[in-house]
Amino acid sequence: MKTNLYFRRVAVIGAGLTLFRRRMLETPQELAWEAARKALDEAGLELKDIDCVVIGSAPDAFDGVHMKGEYLAHGSGGVRKMVSRVYVGGATGVMVPNTAWYHVASGLCEKVLAVAEEKMSPARPHPQSIFRYIWDPILEKPLNPNLIWIFAMEMHRYMHVNKITKEDIALVSVKNKKNALNNPYAQAAANITVDDVLKSEVLVWPVQLLDTSPVSDGAAAMVIVSEDVARRYTDTPVWIEGVGWTLDNTEWTGRELAYPRYLEYAARMAYKMAGVERPNKEIDVIEPYDPFDYKELHHIEGLMITKRGEAPKFLKEGVFDIDGEIPSSPSGGLLGVGNPIAAAGLMKVISIYWQLKGIAGKMQVKRPVHTGVAQAWGDLMQASTVIVMRN
Amino acid sequence: MDGTPLKEEDLKKVNTIVYKPNAKYAYSAGQAYSKFLLGLKEKKIIGRRCNKCGRVYVPPRMYCDDCFRPTDEWIEVKDEGIVETVVASFISWTRERIEKPEIVGVIRLFPSRDKDWVFPGLFHRICADFEDVKNMSLFGKKVKAVWKEERVGSINDIECFRVVE
Repeated sequence: MKTNLYFRRVAVIGAGLTLFRRRMLETPQELAWEAARKALDEAGLELKDIDCVVIGSAPDAFDGVHMKGEYLAHGSGGVRKMVSRVYVGGATGVMVPNTAWYHVASGLCEKVLAVAEEKMSPARPHPQSIFRYIWDPILEKPLNPNLIWIFAMEMHRYMHVNKITKEDIALVSVKNKKNALNNPYAQAAANITVDDVLKSEVLVWPVQLLDTSPVSDGAAAMVIVSEDVARRYTDTPVWIEGVGWTLDNTEWTGRELAYPRYLEYAARMAYKMAGVERPNKEIDVIEPYDPFDYKELHHIEGLMITKRGEAPKFLKEGVFDIDGEIPSSPSGGLLGVGNPIAAAGLMKVISIYWQLKGIAGKMQVKRPVHTGVAQAWGDLMQASTVIVMRN
Repeated sequence: MDGTPLKEEDLKKVNTIVYKPNAKYAYSAGQAYSKFLLGLKEKKIIGRRCNKCGRVYVPPRMYCDDCFRPTDEWIEVKDEGIVETVVASFISWTRERIEKPEIVGVIRLFPSRDKDWVFPGLFHRICADFEDVKNMSLFGKKVKAVWKEERVGSINDIECFRVVE
């Protein structure tokens, strides 16, 4: 049953992506412009038609430019318009359409351009060192932490509690990199085997190189509009039916890491709004956030598509394959397409939009699809954003 | 266009901005962390308890996240606990390869129970071998803090946590 909230219906009518690559020669603004222009073209709109602009970007430090919202504004079409920047770490990509949703749903705007951009390559010697500044300066930074530490700690806990092997988890990387072969924007598409993953460089055990997504640059954009506008511009709008977002506390050391509780809260919010009562039966295609392979399984459980600890079993049975019952990351996900943080999250939403509109080309899943879910996650394992869309 | 492949020598040719900004930060430890750091100097691990929900905060917190009221009392927890999770890092924080892996993890300190969702937990080094991490035998093991001889009131006053049984 849907909630009683009163708001306007909101639709997506256009989307654009740049290639996801390491060391793009374009500036962040040029990348944002390219994605935004493509989204406007698909929607059949011009910039003068746009009322407000939402910009999403993860820490300023990656691009090496402070105040990224203002910096990106002209490339994103935001000059002399209502512009807001949202930032919830890795969860930013899905927070961008969520924010555009409430701009339109509230009646404030008719047509919103939602843009996400990230350029991770500029940092020397490696963007990894930039992550040092997200740790607690007094109790964590003196231990010289590397960001992959926390993911490895979460992955190992997940494996221990649910008795999951590295082989089970590596299957996600194999699936997503293979799906990405169909994606013209992908950076890390490949035909690999479980063995390749297990033999790749050990970064922070149990995380190995092929368990992770690459360092990337890229941008993504969407045009999000009210129902009246959508009806005028397209016969096949894709509706945003539910949004959800939650933060857990920063004390990741003091809570159970085996299950993403914050995601369950965000998913419940989005499902309630969309009237989804049985996620495993009603959702046809999903794009869970997969910067690491275990994360896709973790998030499938948090989205309540399976019970806790059961995602690997369904994965092995092929349920999440592109021709399976609930295809997961048909785009290739972050593992296959690449991980320009905020842009990667929005890419997941765009993938669902293309699937529901039926224009995903070689990425199109085999079964007919009606309801899709995209999700992102970030910060010190605490932020999650969810979006439910229907055609 | 297929991205921008570069060799290492190409990277030396491009203009990179190298400078050390004279930006220094003096972080405030606040009431809770100050007491915690002073406690470490005395080989004590100090936390705060919220008497409304019973939650014990280690590292301490002057307010309870959930009840949104002040926490009520200082308590000393044991320097012993259970290994919640443990990993072995083969890369430094700048992503350079390191030969001898660094073993770190989370310790759920006593008093706490197996089923607690939130608990007093500390992120620290664990003195163990890569093999123990790899075969997952460290999970659930009881560990105790190894204190440094000279303590200055820093998280590094604890050398690491060592398995005791």
